[in-house]
Amino acid sequence: MTLPVQLLWLIPALPLLVAGIGALTRHRGVALAAIFAMAGSFALSCLALAGALQDPSVHATYNFAWFDLGHGALRLGFLLDPLTALMTTMVTFVGTLIFIFSLGYMKEDKNFSRFFCFLSLFAAAMLGLLVANSLLLLFVCWELVGLASYLLIGFWFHKPSAAAAAKKAFITTRIGDLGFLLGLLWLADSTGSLLFYDGGQGVLEATALASLSGQTLACGLALSTAIGLLIFCGAVGKSGQFPLHVWLPDAMEGPTPVSALIHAATMVAAGVFLVARVYPLMSADALLAAVPVHALTVVAFIGAITALMGALIACAQNDIKRILAFSTVSQLGYMMLALGVGSSTAAIFHLLTHAFFKALLFLGAGSVIHAAHHEQDIRQLGGLRTKMKVTFATFAIGMMALSGVPFLFSGFWSKEAILHAAHEWDVSHLPLYAGLCAVVLTAFYMTRLVAETFFGKPRSHGAEHAHENSAVMTAPLVILAVCAVLLGFLGTPYWPWLQKTLDPHYEATHGGLGLMLLSIGLVGAGLGLGWALYGRKLRTTAAARDPLDTAAPAVMAVLADRLGFDELYAATVGRLNSATAAFADFLDRYVIGGLVTFLAQLGIFSGGVNRQVDEANLNGGFDAVSESVRGSGLFYSRKQTGETHGYLRVVAVAFVLLALVLALGGVR
Amino acid sequence: MNLLPYTIYLSFVGALLALVAGMKSAAAARAVALLTAVSAWGVALYAAFGFTPSSELLTLVNVPWIPQLGINYHLAADGISLTLLVLTGLAATCGVLFSWNIEERTGEFFAFYLALIGGVYGVFLSADAFVFFVFYEIAIVPKYFLIANWGSTNRQYGAMKLALYSFAGSALVLAGLLWIYSTGYASNFGLDQLAQGAATLSHTGQITVFALIFTGFAVLAGMFPFHTWAPTGHVAAPTGASMLLAGVVMKLGAYGCLRVAMPLLPAGLEFWQPVIAGLAVAGILYAGLVALVQDDFKFVIGYSSVSHMGFVLLGLAAANPSAVAGAVLQMFSHGVIAGLLFAVVGRMVYERTHTRQLDELKKLPLHRLLPFAAVVFVIAGLASMGMPGFSGFPAELTILVGVWNYSATLGVLAALGVFIAAAFTLRAIQVSFFGQAGADAAAHTPDAAHDHPLSPITWPEKTGAFLLLAATLLIGLKPDLLLNWIVPSLQSPLMKVIFHGGAR
Amino acid sequence: MTPLHLCLLISTALFCIGLFGALARSNTILVLLGIELMLNAANINFIAFWRYGPSHGAANGMIFVLFSIAVAAAEAAVGLALIIAVYRHQKNIRLQEATVLKG
Repeated sequence: MTLPVQLLWLIPALPLLVAGIGALTRHRGVALAAIFAMAGSFALSCLALAGALQDPSVHATYNFAWFDLGHGALRLGFLLDPLTALMTTMVTFVGTLIFIFSLGYMKEDKNFSRFFCFLSLFAAAMLGLLVANSLLLLFVCWELVGLASYLLIGFWFHKPSAAAAAKKAFITTRIGDLGFLLGLLWLADSTGSLLFYDGGQGVLEATALASLSGQTLACGLALSTAIGLLIFCGAVGKSGQFPLHVWLPDAMEGPTPVSALIHAATMVAAGVFLVARVYPLMSADALLAAVPVHALTVVAFIGAITALMGALIACAQNDIKRILAFSTVSQLGYMMLALGVGSSTAAIFHLLTHAFFKALLFLGAGSVIHAAHHEQDIRQLGGLRTKMKVTFATFAIGMMALSGVPFLFSGFWSKEAILHAAHEWDVSHLPLYAGLCAVVLTAFYMTRLVAETFFGKPRSHGAEHAHENSAVMTAPLVILAVCAVLLGFLGTPYWPWLQKTLDPHYEATHGGLGLMLLSIGLVGAGLGLGWALYGRKLRTTAAARDPLDTAAPAVMAVLADRLGFDELYAATVGRLNSATAAFADFLDRYVIGGLVTFLAQLGIFSGGVNRQVDEANLNGGFDAVSESVRGSGLFYSRKQTGETHGYLRVVAVAFVLLALVLALGGVR
Repeated sequence: MNLLPYTIYLSFVGALLALVAGMKSAAAARAVALLTAVSAWGVALYAAFGFTPSSELLTLVNVPWIPQLGINYHLAADGISLTLLVLTGLAATCGVLFSWNIEERTGEFFAFYLALIGGVYGVFLSADAFVFFVFYEIAIVPKYFLIANWGSTNRQYGAMKLALYSFAGSALVLAGLLWIYSTGYASNFGLDQLAQGAATLSHTGQITVFALIFTGFAVLAGMFPFHTWAPTGHVAAPTGASMLLAGVVMKLGAYGCLRVAMPLLPAGLEFWQPVIAGLAVAGILYAGLVALVQDDFKFVIGYSSVSHMGFVLLGLAAANPSAVAGAVLQMFSHGVIAGLLFAVVGRMVYERTHTRQLDELKKLPLHRLLPFAAVVFVIAGLASMGMPGFSGFPAELTILVGVWNYSATLGVLAALGVFIAAAFTLRAIQVSFFGQAGADAAAHTPDAAHDHPLSPITWPEKTGAFLLLAATLLIGLKPDLLLNWIVPSLQSPLMKVIFHGGAR
Repeated sequence: MTPLHLCLLISTALFCIGLFGALARSNTILVLLGIELMLNAANINFIAFWRYGPSHGAANGMIFVLFSIAVAAAEAAVGLALIIAVYRHQKNIRLQEATVLKG
């Protein structure tokens, strides 16, 4: 039994229905309805997946007209191919688990039902984005996803930081969306269609691609490159890529399930999905030799910069959710890197595995935060290993998956796929090196996070009284942990099922064993480094200074009981690491943040100038004309004295004059 | 369809009845006004249901009025006018609902109000330039009295400014029409006859006359730099009137441009096209930026109105089927959304808090005091910034697609306007309704509601808000409903000349 | 000197007296009287031109004068009513003081 493409709309429609119900009632049963709707969508997605897998090379479409544009109908449509089916299955599955988790997490919130209403709205928009066969429908859902994200980040709008973060997220992503919109308009104008696949007429099909890459713009770029890069702007905004990543860490002001669902597993991955979806367009210029830059090259470098920068900054953070947020930025960078170097299958593979283990990590963090009475600072936590056994075990699995611990964990396989793809890229090896550096850093900061949070002694009241959460919260963790392990085996180089499904022409590349060994070594180095700095000598008080932060005591201690050069080396490298991270943080806060502020100020300033012009000049001109009319009226009204004799005299004189004129003028 | 002229007659009769009923009691006047507005809207809707989209301008009435001058009382309708008639009915009904609290001289208020509506219906139905002009003037006069008598801040100034701008604009229009009539040897004032007359003018003549007529109408559509009447007028007007002003009266100008100026003088359109498009884009960006720094809540909405009308003018200027269809759709969409925004700001907030200064609203926990108003404003704000799912999105998208075809640069700039709209709308939402979400809010929130008791939202307000929200959602999801009327109408012999830049 | 000239001289004199009265007196009733005199000067002209002028047809001049007298009567009635109203308002009928309509 499979789901025909004509009924694909049912997948987003179910959560949308619940969102509609939730908008009208405040009954707590909305939550259960939302969970059932998500589970129903999951079942439908499985059916759709079963259908898509029968012949992975087919793009089944169902198109229909939305409205008449004046010179032809604007058509939308649904698309069912393995990419869509895999993504919807992942989103609905992770979504269901997160919805269940939220039952426990948001239990005491007084806007409980509204929360599920917004979550359902988000899920509907996200699923709509995935099943779209039209760039326009994708854009529509894209905007709705942004809206839902705005509502959910600002869910606790009574916190000023949350309200500000919501606005920042919306505006920042909207900058990217502007590029997306322009790309969309340009594409519509050049090809006359926005459908991806339309029996040979779609924009991702050979005819349109040939025409797009055949045209060259004044600046030497191919038309397809320009349009592709504009669309990529949208992905940069939504996926938190450099330089528009600033909103993502702030978005952690929202409730933790939101962070898990939206800002880790699904919405931020929408940017990656978008690039993967329009991949034929992005790579249409690949064979052109004479262009200054290929679209995918830009994507690769943006991804590499983001991957490295996110990982560096994550090392210098203390808030458990912010560490994970920067880690998300970094991992999304990896995915973009993979897309850029030409391996969309590796990117989607990493997207899927990342969705599971990052959702797991965020929910684990949520579990910790919930248990520790909303304490999020890792320096204040500690010692939770024994108090929260399930959370610890699952969190550790997530951490190892993210760090890329070899063989057993899914993150390893997907990261390997990306590194191999980067290795084979013939344009430049810089992205590969950035990726390798990020491997070390990822292992390092995750070790630090786990060591600080779960080991040692509780360092605050909240951490001391923490105890394991109810099954409604731990069960999703366990399920996600199982998936975080198993999912990796779908795409190993020895059985590349996933790659073959996504790309029927995929050929498994062998060799590159050296690279695999290198990256295993780097993961080991990162883990060892982290453990050496944070695990061996555990933090005792919340106020104790971070060993990376201040060198002297740490170096002394290391020197004192280790004698080893290796640890001295670790400390200096660590210090450098910390300094670079701090610099990147500085760059982030002041240079890029400053640039955004400057632009905003510029906008406000020119607004002020315009207002002055409006009030002084445009208005002034109007007022002056009115004033002169009024002045002349006043002049004439002074002539009306009210003296009847005066009037009579004027009449008499006028009469005499008239008589004289008639007499002298010789009338008749 | 043949019932459509009754929208005009019903409104004028209703105006008289409201005046009479107002002498008895305010409640009677309200009931009469509501009944009139609803029945006129009902007539428009009934006609809409029986309407089969065609490229024909359907004549409804055509009798000689002043035969010596060749003036006929000629009413006709097509998909474009039908769209705007339905909008007028909706805006009028909601405007009455949001004017429910007018206690002072209620009868007169509704008499002026309905007279204005009658004039607007008349304009949208006229197929004779002279009749068009007469109804246009009829619509302007009551506006002055509504603002000057029942307005707020600086009302005499606002009212006089609006009236002067309108009359100056209509003087230009009249001059242009007479020029065509006399120089072009048109046998009567029917639009098709005038079009033939205009074709006999010299090229320079056509260009000059187009400038006269288009500018005259564009003043009322709020074209930059003739827009300054709009914010002051909106701010001064009572809520019901500002809803009409933004909702339908600004559309009169745009409709005049589309129905009279452009088809009559396509050569002029071709000549002035770049200038108009440039001014329209300037208006979009300029008004958006000005809205970003306003301190008065209603000024923010007033300038956003100018910005959105810039899209309408841009769509008209681009002069291709999708841009013009989008412009008509945007007229509908803006009428609904701006009406809603003014209703929230003017009626729900201002008449309860008695302030519109954002600095002062910031100190009130409005989202808790007026949760309904907050929700409505957030939704209306989203619609205003072009969120998909609301009518603004298909309208602006259609315009942008068309404009891109005309000039990509203008398309980019106009898209930037969409972004600015998001910025100023979010700012308004945050400062006005969620301003007191600050840290100090927690300290004294429990009794804050007792400190500022505000009267609850009444049923007429809720009904009006629901009607407008439903309209914007419906058109947002199924723009076909209107576009199926609009698009064929653009192919009528009279209208399609605007797409060919002067080729007849 | 023909009778026509004589009549015109009389009417001119009458007109000048009336004009002087209207301009020079401050009592509103006397101003009204002056105006009445001017009106009658015009009436004499009508009669004179009708009687001695070039065309003798129907009773044109007579009819004009009859109308004129009727109008004058109405005017006197309205004028006197105005004067009474002014008197009630300002307790005298000096024309110089009735300036409330000034701009």
